[in-house]
Amino acid sequence: MPREHYLNATYGIRSWLLTTDHKRIALLYLASVTFFFFVGGMFATMIRIHLLTPNGYLVSPETYNKLFTMHGVAMIFFFLIPSIPAVLGNFLIPLMIGAKDLAFPKINLLSWYIYLVGGSFVLYSFATGGLDTGWTFYTPLSSVYSNSAVTPAVIGIFINGFSSILTGLNFIVTIHTMRAPGMTWFRLPLFVWAHYATSIIFILGTPVIAITLLLAGLERMFHLGFFNPALGGDPILFQHLFWFYSHPAVYIMILPAMGVISEIIPTFARKPIFGYAFIAGSSIAIAVIGFFVWAHHMFLTGESTFAALAFSFLSYLVAIPSAVKVFNWASTLYKGSIAWDTPMLYAMGFIGLFLIGGLTGLFLACLGLDIHLHDTYFVVAHFHYIMVGGAVMGYVGGLHFWWPKITGKLYPEFLARVAAVTLFIGFNLTFFPQFILGYLGMPRRYHNYPPEFQVLNVMSTAGASILALGYLLPMVYLIWSMRYGQVAGPNPWPATGLEWKTDSPPLTENFHVTPEVTWEPYDFKNRQDLGLVAGTRPLAPAHGDD
Amino acid sequence: MQSQLPLYPEQASNFAPHVDALMIFIIAVCLFFAVAVTAAVVIFFFKYQRKHPDEVGVPIHGDMRLETAWMVVPLVLALAMFGWGAVVYVDFRNTPQETLDIYVIGKQWMWKLQQPNGMREINELHVPVGRNIRLIMASEDVIHDFFVPAFRVKMDVVPGHYNTMWFRPTKAGRYHFFCAQYCGTNHAVMGGWVTVMEPSDYAAWLSGSSGADANPVVAGEKLFAEKACITCHFSNGTGRAPSLNGVYGGQVGLADGSTVTADESYIRESILVPNAKIVRGYQPVMPTFQGQLTEEQIMALTAYIKSLQSQPVPATGAGVLPAAAGKK
Repeated sequence: MPREHYLNATYGIRSWLLTTDHKRIALLYLASVTFFFFVGGMFATMIRIHLLTPNGYLVSPETYNKLFTMHGVAMIFFFLIPSIPAVLGNFLIPLMIGAKDLAFPKINLLSWYIYLVGGSFVLYSFATGGLDTGWTFYTPLSSVYSNSAVTPAVIGIFINGFSSILTGLNFIVTIHTMRAPGMTWFRLPLFVWAHYATSIIFILGTPVIAITLLLAGLERMFHLGFFNPALGGDPILFQHLFWFYSHPAVYIMILPAMGVISEIIPTFARKPIFGYAFIAGSSIAIAVIGFFVWAHHMFLTGESTFAALAFSFLSYLVAIPSAVKVFNWASTLYKGSIAWDTPMLYAMGFIGLFLIGGLTGLFLACLGLDIHLHDTYFVVAHFHYIMVGGAVMGYVGGLHFWWPKITGKLYPEFLARVAAVTLFIGFNLTFFPQFILGYLGMPRRYHNYPPEFQVLNVMSTAGASILALGYLLPMVYLIWSMRYGQVAGPNPWPATGLEWKTDSPPLTENFHVTPEVTWEPYDFKNRQDLGLVAGTRPLAPAHGDD
Repeated sequence: MQSQLPLYPEQASNFAPHVDALMIFIIAVCLFFAVAVTAAVVIFFFKYQRKHPDEVGVPIHGDMRLETAWMVVPLVLALAMFGWGAVVYVDFRNTPQETLDIYVIGKQWMWKLQQPNGMREINELHVPVGRNIRLIMASEDVIHDFFVPAFRVKMDVVPGHYNTMWFRPTKAGRYHFFCAQYCGTNHAVMGGWVTVMEPSDYAAWLSGSSGADANPVVAGEKLFAEKACITCHFSNGTGRAPSLNGVYGGQVGLADGSTVTADESYIRESILVPNAKIVRGYQPVMPTFQGQLTEEQIMALTAYIKSLQSQPVPATGAGVLPAAAGKK
């Protein structure tokens, strides 16, 4: 372990709560998103237990409706959207480009506090009556008819949006202006490209959800008529505005995870990624095209047939760049030197689960099929495959990959591999039966269901118990490793990114000497400093006073 | 053909076989790619497992032909899926000419359905097999959705305007329907049964109805007088407002020069937002009935106005344009 690093540079609670070090802010976010993951996970556990029987006996209908709503709100706005960008993005982007910090360190801290304030409003809503509108807040149910704590919740989500917007701003400016000498755009790690694309969506999309929820909240508080038909408003207008953000939001949730996978695969195959420019470009393409598909959530609202045709066509277009990524990742494995380390297991799991999740999107984009599948469990399975099977596996895999850099310690490898496999198996058992439930006609958001759907529901709940184990294991051993884990050294894998050319954990200022980049990304063959020539060890990071 | 663990519902409508065929096509394409990619990944994972600690992989940066191939081929397949899906959907959204119309009202947390002769049902829908059925749907409160898995059809029921959908039942039987848009506390129990009957059975069931008062046309005629519509809309065209004889289904000429087809939505809008469209040659003097009529009353008035389709159209003062007057 280096003598001085960002964790021991200063002590005391104020040095953490008032830090402007992007690495400490990343850990502050790690703690808060993990908290919300537990909150959302607790609600999910109650949902799956309740659905063991057709006439669920665990909770009342009102409570069940609150459970799925709060599960969605907590997970989407307070876990999935911030997770990779605010934890891994914050920690790694300056290191990956050779900078000392982000462009706006104080705004970075402000983002975290805004997140906390938004989260507090939402927790207040949960604690004082709960929320039962669905995370989608469709009107006039949310703005007129619901008797739950809608107003504090929409205020909380409105405030939280600014956390995203400021983070996006910070990332874009940083990537444009603070790259080290020699770090050209096409030498950037693909993780950085992924976050650049995500930041575009943060900035352009988030203001729309902010104003939409604000209007719904104002309608509720002051009996206005934006979306309430009894006062001349249009409920469908709400859906257009809501989905204009919320569809790009799903790309906010997956692009960073794809960025993680694009780092892990070349590292553990020890060769450059296949099709670098195509992976970088596909991230931008997904971000852009993703803004033009929102009304595929509205095929059955009575929107015009022409609109439906246009949005279905565009939805198929947005699938192509994702397919390109999967093919390029698979091709990177060809003639690689593949280690079966835990991060690689997560990456392989990601490919498998994202494949199913992404392909099932093609079913839903299909107008003729969506008539039958819309608002059934098929949709629930589809988005969980991508958001949990994809984004969460990317997040957990990334945490494992960069854990040595963040903490200076290694986690226990065997236990970690067991957890990765447990997660993969548990996940499939939980969510695959839901595709079948959906085609059979079980609608979503149902606290009771016809008895013929019970067998598949029981299978799903059984799988969920295994999935839960897969999440709990890393929480235990990662924390254990912070104290008892083996010391990692600067570059245990080894990997080729700039972040690995400095100490583990890094200095507060990241680098002893500002690096100068003269090599291409993922170039294992020509990097002498990685210690891959037989008998040599990786070179230690440069010290200005050596 | 329901085995112990069925994978799909019964096929009981004209749409069901098409939707299932489309499903099989997309499953086949996706399964091919899923298996191909998974096989490649698994095979590479094993075949290229690291053999000694300092080994590196062979640097292959890319291949333009491969990139092109795996952009073009998926695009072509995607367009095929889009195209076939579009055909089925357009068929679904284009209601045929001759339909048996059922009025449907969704409200928290029940369904009220009314047959053309006035027969009312709650959470039940009886229809004859082999007829094109059109559901004209309104909500009294929040957004609902009428979903019949065995027919493979659903449509949102949105407050503030009508949504319609159609289907043709192809097999007698009893089929579940569900509310498929989250609508509050009892969303999950807001369902019922569609009973598809042989035409003769349906006719027999229908004639068990409780008399003329239930007939929406009769109810509508009463309302037309009660709400004073009749004081302006003289049938002979001499009133302050156009005659409604023959209007339904025809083309109406508007003050701004355009024309509009007089369907259920137009009639509803004319009652609730009369100044939205002014008939050419008339003053905008009609008061609005927003908040004064329930959805059911609007449906009754609509049924009555539809019944005036076959009444003689006056030479002057007609609501409908002469050249296009007549059946839809």
